[in-house]
Amino acid sequence: MRYRAIIGRDLRLAYRRRGELATPVIFFVIVTALFPLALNPDPALLRTLAPGVIWVAALLAVLIGQDRLFKTDYEDGSLELMLLSPISLEWIVLLRVFTHWLVTGLPLVILSLLLAMMLDYPMHAIGILVMSLLLGTPILSFLGAIGASLTVGLRRGFMLLPILVLPLTIPVLIFGAAAAGRAALGDHSAAPLYFLGAMLMLTVTLSPFAIAGGLRVSLES
Amino acid sequence: MFVWFHKLASPPFFYRFAQKLAPWLGWLSLLVILAGLYGGLWLAPPDYQQGDGFRIIYVHVPSAMLSMFAYMVMATAAAIGLIWRMKLAHAVSAAVAPLGASFTFLALITGSLWGKPMWGTYWVWDARLTSELILLFLYLGYIALNHAFEDRRTGDRASAILALVGVVNIPIIHYSVQWWNTLHQGQTIFFGPKSEMPPSMYIPLFIMILGFMLFFAAFSLKRLQVEVLQRENKSAWVRELVETT
Amino acid sequence: MEQQDVLAVENLDIWRGERCLCRNLSFRVSSGEALQVQGQNGAGKTTLIRVLTGLGRADEGDVLWRGESLRRNGERYRASLAYLGHSNGVKLGLSPRENLTVAGALLDKPSSADIGAILDRVGLHAQADLPCGMLSMGQRRRTGLARLLLSNVRLWFLDEPLASLDVAGVKLLTEMLKAHLNGSGIVIFATHQAIELAPHPVKSVLLDSKA
Repeated sequence: MRYRAIIGRDLRLAYRRRGELATPVIFFVIVTALFPLALNPDPALLRTLAPGVIWVAALLAVLIGQDRLFKTDYEDGSLELMLLSPISLEWIVLLRVFTHWLVTGLPLVILSLLLAMMLDYPMHAIGILVMSLLLGTPILSFLGAIGASLTVGLRRGFMLLPILVLPLTIPVLIFGAAAAGRAALGDHSAAPLYFLGAMLMLTVTLSPFAIAGGLRVSLES
Repeated sequence: MFVWFHKLASPPFFYRFAQKLAPWLGWLSLLVILAGLYGGLWLAPPDYQQGDGFRIIYVHVPSAMLSMFAYMVMATAAAIGLIWRMKLAHAVSAAVAPLGASFTFLALITGSLWGKPMWGTYWVWDARLTSELILLFLYLGYIALNHAFEDRRTGDRASAILALVGVVNIPIIHYSVQWWNTLHQGQTIFFGPKSEMPPSMYIPLFIMILGFMLFFAAFSLKRLQVEVLQRENKSAWVRELVETT
Repeated sequence: MEQQDVLAVENLDIWRGERCLCRNLSFRVSSGEALQVQGQNGAGKTTLIRVLTGLGRADEGDVLWRGESLRRNGERYRASLAYLGHSNGVKLGLSPRENLTVAGALLDKPSSADIGAILDRVGLHAQADLPCGMLSMGQRRRTGLARLLLSNVRLWFLDEPLASLDVAGVKLLTEMLKAHLNGSGIVIFATHQAIELAPHPVKSVLLDSKA
């Protein structure tokens, strides 16, 4: 009941500020569209690049969306209420990052279908691409939330966040792009998908502690 | 023993302790490094494949090791600082980070210098070099966050959390990069002592590692003194120190 | 009145950057008492209140609630306090009613009074379902006050509670505080002006960074 209210709050706020939610999605599409323009629209080339391009663009788009995660709550004082709640902050954070992924990460996964087509990514492998993004983007959301929690009190936090978080996202990128890339060549891609799954478990279990800790430190002074 | 540790954690005592110890370690490290260099550059025979080019391992391997070691020191100190709220521990993290970043940078530079004769190009996406590069990013993130806050202690605690997240991530990064490297069959050569290395080759290497360790310890103490002074600038013992010198 | 409901502050030192906001500060507030934190702008009133709630950190000293350090029993302490800060903790995208629903979900045990009745009491009956972004500053502040009424706790912390309230709002606040003290609650607030809470005693703490 309580947890439903917390999730419901974020969904309702997201719905009322739909425009803001579109930003990462638009960013995702634009960044992806830059590659054929910068390189060469040759389908054979695009096909080999597609997994990497989609993954890099998705990674950046998720991080861009993550900067706002705690910012407005920090500014209007609702974050203080969450810290002062007897409900453990780790739980609250877990619910909120998951809700945030639903409204920012999931649209990217769905949109990747369209972008895959535009980049001539083979249709038979599209299931694996979507699967890799479904497993990978939540990890990115949680890692981004760690960065957001540490920089929420800083005026120029949005500059710092990618520097802090991008190095941590490299394994996700490697396994995610590898899964999609192998599938496109008709190879087995179970191994990287398993790695992504394991990393998702690890991230969901451990990162709420880091995020909650980051928020406590950020609100300390 | 425990009492001594407890005393060591008190900033003024530590400051004087470091003041005495650092020069000794510094000079000792210089001697050991000179000995190691003599052994590595003059006494060791040239490699049967790489000729004299291999000699760069006497700088490369110790700096790569220290780059990892420094991160471990930094993260351990960060954990101690967060759990037991020990101010000196945070100072250790902040003092060690730039040194670790420098060692990482040195490892990257020497690695790519070695790459030129080996691969014909300064940069190859070799698994170890790539891991070192990511480690450098992690250091830079830590340092940037540590300095981003107006309040020193907030910066210390925020960056301590980041260091711990990093330390959980490092094995994953390391493994994933290796996996990625075998996937793409990149060129790899083995750094470090191999079993067929003669003693005249690897003994200087161990001496160099020891020398780098001592150098790291000496410089950490010196940097730590500065960090302690900055953090304790309002306390009476620092004022006394400033007035007497 | 239960004996153990005492908030005790012991030898508190608070530094922010290079500045010492208080040194060796000690005081006790018990059930039915109010405490006013006084001081000039920038003297650290907000910081002190945040330290007392457990949000901020003190450099030395301890805050004890019912004889237990709040470092030890953070969760139980948080279950017995409500805090109204500078910013109201009100989401502008949500209506007062929705804001209170969320605030209720974050509480350990919300008071039995229903949200509609509380909104009536703070005079937001007509605005209950408008987004708070459309309300005036004073009405947003009232939404914050409604949150206090929703919580069923002993300790109230208020930072500049009078800000942006009109005459009727001030009267409402005074009545709320008196009722809370009557119910053997504790109120700790930071204001420049005094708030008349007779017959309840109002202690005061003066923060003077020059001292």
